Amino acid sequence: MAKVMGERPKALLDVPLHYCPGCTHGIVHRLVAEVIDELGVEGRATGVASVGCSVFTYNYFGCDMVQAPHGRAPAVATGVKRARPDNVVFTYQGDGDLAAIGMGETVHAAARGENIVAIFINNAIYGMTGGQMAPTTLPGQVTQTTPYGRDPATAGNPIRVCELLSTVKGVALAQRVTVDCPKNVRAAKKAIKKAFEYQMAGKGYCIVEVVSTCPTNWGMSPADSIQWLRDNMLPYYPLGVYKDVGEEGEE
Amino acid sequence: MTGHNILLAGFGGQGILFTGKVIAYAGLMEGMEVSWLPSYGPEMRGGTANCSVCLSEDPIGSPLVTEPDILVAMNLPSLEKFEKDVVPGGLIIVDSSIITKKVARDDVKVIYLPASEIAEKAGIKGAANMVILGKLFKETSFCTPENLDKGLQKTIPAKKMDLLDKNRLCIRLGTENRFQNPGASAPGFIFYNFDSTSSWKDPSRYRIPASAAGCAPGSALGAISP
Amino acid sequence: MSEKVLMKGNEAIAEAAIAAGCRHFFGYPITPQTEVAAYMSKRMPKIGGVYLQAESEVASINMVLGAGAAGVRVMTSTSSPGISLMSEGISYIAGSDVPCLIVNVERGGPGLGGIQPSQSDYFQATRATGHGDFHMLVFAPSTVQETVDLISDAFDLGDKYRMPTMILSDGLLGQMMEPVVLPEPKDPTDDKEWSVRGHQGKRPHNVVNSLYIDPAVLEKLNFERFEKYEKIKETEQRAQEYLVDDADIILVAFGASSRIAHSAVDAARKQGIKAGLIRPITLWPFPEKAIEKHVGHAKAFLSVEMNMGQMVEDVRMIVARRKPVHFYGRTGGVVPTPKEVLQQIVKINGGEL
Repeated sequence: MAKVMGERPKALLDVPLHYCPGCTHGIVHRLVAEVIDELGVEGRATGVASVGCSVFTYNYFGCDMVQAPHGRAPAVATGVKRARPDNVVFTYQGDGDLAAIGMGETVHAAARGENIVAIFINNAIYGMTGGQMAPTTLPGQVTQTTPYGRDPATAGNPIRVCELLSTVKGVALAQRVTVDCPKNVRAAKKAIKKAFEYQMAGKGYCIVEVVSTCPTNWGMSPADSIQWLRDNMLPYYPLGVYKDVGEEGEE
Repeated sequence: MTGHNILLAGFGGQGILFTGKVIAYAGLMEGMEVSWLPSYGPEMRGGTANCSVCLSEDPIGSPLVTEPDILVAMNLPSLEKFEKDVVPGGLIIVDSSIITKKVARDDVKVIYLPASEIAEKAGIKGAANMVILGKLFKETSFCTPENLDKGLQKTIPAKKMDLLDKNRLCIRLGTENRFQNPGASAPGFIFYNFDSTSSWKDPSRYRIPASAAGCAPGSALGAISP
Repeated sequence: MSEKVLMKGNEAIAEAAIAAGCRHFFGYPITPQTEVAAYMSKRMPKIGGVYLQAESEVASINMVLGAGAAGVRVMTSTSSPGISLMSEGISYIAGSDVPCLIVNVERGGPGLGGIQPSQSDYFQATRATGHGDFHMLVFAPSTVQETVDLISDAFDLGDKYRMPTMILSDGLLGQMMEPVVLPEPKDPTDDKEWSVRGHQGKRPHNVVNSLYIDPAVLEKLNFERFEKYEKIKETEQRAQEYLVDDADIILVAFGASSRIAHSAVDAARKQGIKAGLIRPITLWPFPEKAIEKHVGHAKAFLSVEMNMGQMVEDVRMIVARRKPVHFYGRTGGVVPTPKEVLQQIVKINGGEL
């Protein structure tokens, strides 16, 4: 009998994804779904869909899903978690959602030590609306609203979210990962699993920042985007663990 | 110089919107009332893209063409989606290099044009839309040749004016319904996709069509294919 | 610039604002108006203006409040959900008597809704923009050219009356390209003596504020503001009338749906039905006079909108049960066709409705 080498995780519905060719959303969706499967929590998980390219996660994940206004996913997740403390509650947000319009909600959910997991897709651009500047757009990066390259003097500096949140008491895990190669994909999955386990142990707010690509709006092929990510994004957004209460043995 | 409700449809990257703009501008040069309206949104991401172009003597009512008298179909999903909407007696131009299916109706005129092949043989891959434009122009004479050329010049951004002659060639091949004479050389070609999320005057807004870049969905990273 | 050029509605908005002397734009991306911001981000730096992408619409409208209070012509642009976020800010702006231009390129709602065009923010624009008693001047263009022309007027009237103004556009008008003649550019002026740009030691300080703890004072301020509004209602109503003078069935429609209604009126006339169209151009002040003028000879009114029935309430209020007022609407991003509207006209004419 043929051996099954790999299959779609059960927590990921058999629905065609709408993402662009080479978009890393596909990988991260699978990792989150695999973690939900391995922990056996699909039946008591509630995901919060945000606004951006990933707005349709409510069609893709098999657990219950609620759709939030732009940036408000942490607040909506808070509402769900307070109403259903035994649920595993996670948000799936892009850089505009989490770090621009939703920065207030993000920081305060973190400060409350809200027992939710934020999966943060950082691709330095606003994808769904056609490629505008994001809070994580790099200096000099050309986008639809920084046509001459992002000038920090007028358009501000990029924000390093993991570093920022690592200073907030209430954050249990702040880790930055990426999915550019199999080794990093495995490490990303480990981080996501840890985040979900921390929630289930009631340790506090967890954020896994996934440095990602956007071939369409960066104007590159998927392969070139991966290289661009390595050359430009990783130096600015270094991978690593920025806070981990488990390791540090905090309260 | 008669009015038309034109629907051009294909996938993102085929120059559907650009072609519509050329027609609209040519109509403007001709002194007609014109409008151009693109589809926008999730359809843009590698899905079907279409635009409505209205040409008329009178001020245009709805710019959204729901019953075209001319349909340009550059991929199969577009043909399947819009074939039934064409008014009886209308015209459908099909890029037969891409679409092998035949139109089921017998109350419309259908032209099967191997536009992509014609463009490729002329060494200008990605300019099938211009070949089709030539054919459309030939069939309808919606404006004078001079005004069509003016429309083309107005639509190509200043920085890309070096592509003018290549586009003109493809239009001519479309009107003359022939392939480029063998032996004529033509260099490689990057086609400019004027999607609706960027200004048509923006020269920095270009991308290499997926087919040319050789990237298949999901291949680079083993992601779940859409 | 008297040449006719093809321009996308959203880009024409930006170009017209610049021509009107606006040098400050604050906004946030949202479909279907993101081209306004993209265009501004390219043009403003070249002309010494300011383009700033804010972190949200809440931040945008407050930046607009700041710049407007500082005495410059300022605008923002967004779509329906963004206007909801701007509610509080607009109330502050109106309560502080600060002029500014807000562009709403409407999309389907409520909630995240859809990205296709709609007109379901009429109530929001004319009645429920934000808390408290106030109005904005609201304009509804129906062509790209009209959008350009009305932006110029919006800035002028906003400055004259010291109030926020709104251009109520929609995804159709924002995304389509039409021939347009751009106006002669005006240089920005800096002559608002009430602004908070710094007293330079030459005058007592100016305060731009909306907080008045003393009820008597706040009431007086509201009364004065509404006296101003009455003057505006007297003098600034605008509407276009098409084949109305002998019409039996009068359509009332604004913006994109007015174009469709126009086509339907033409088709109806071809069939021998005496249809006409009153097209409000100002939604606030609502063109009561234009409708009142024709209530006598009309047999019925038909309001055509891309919503569940909003402007029709204003029409009903004016007609005051003297004649039947019908409503035809599509919503969610669906655009009605001239054919559908014609069917309604035929039904009304045949006494079926």
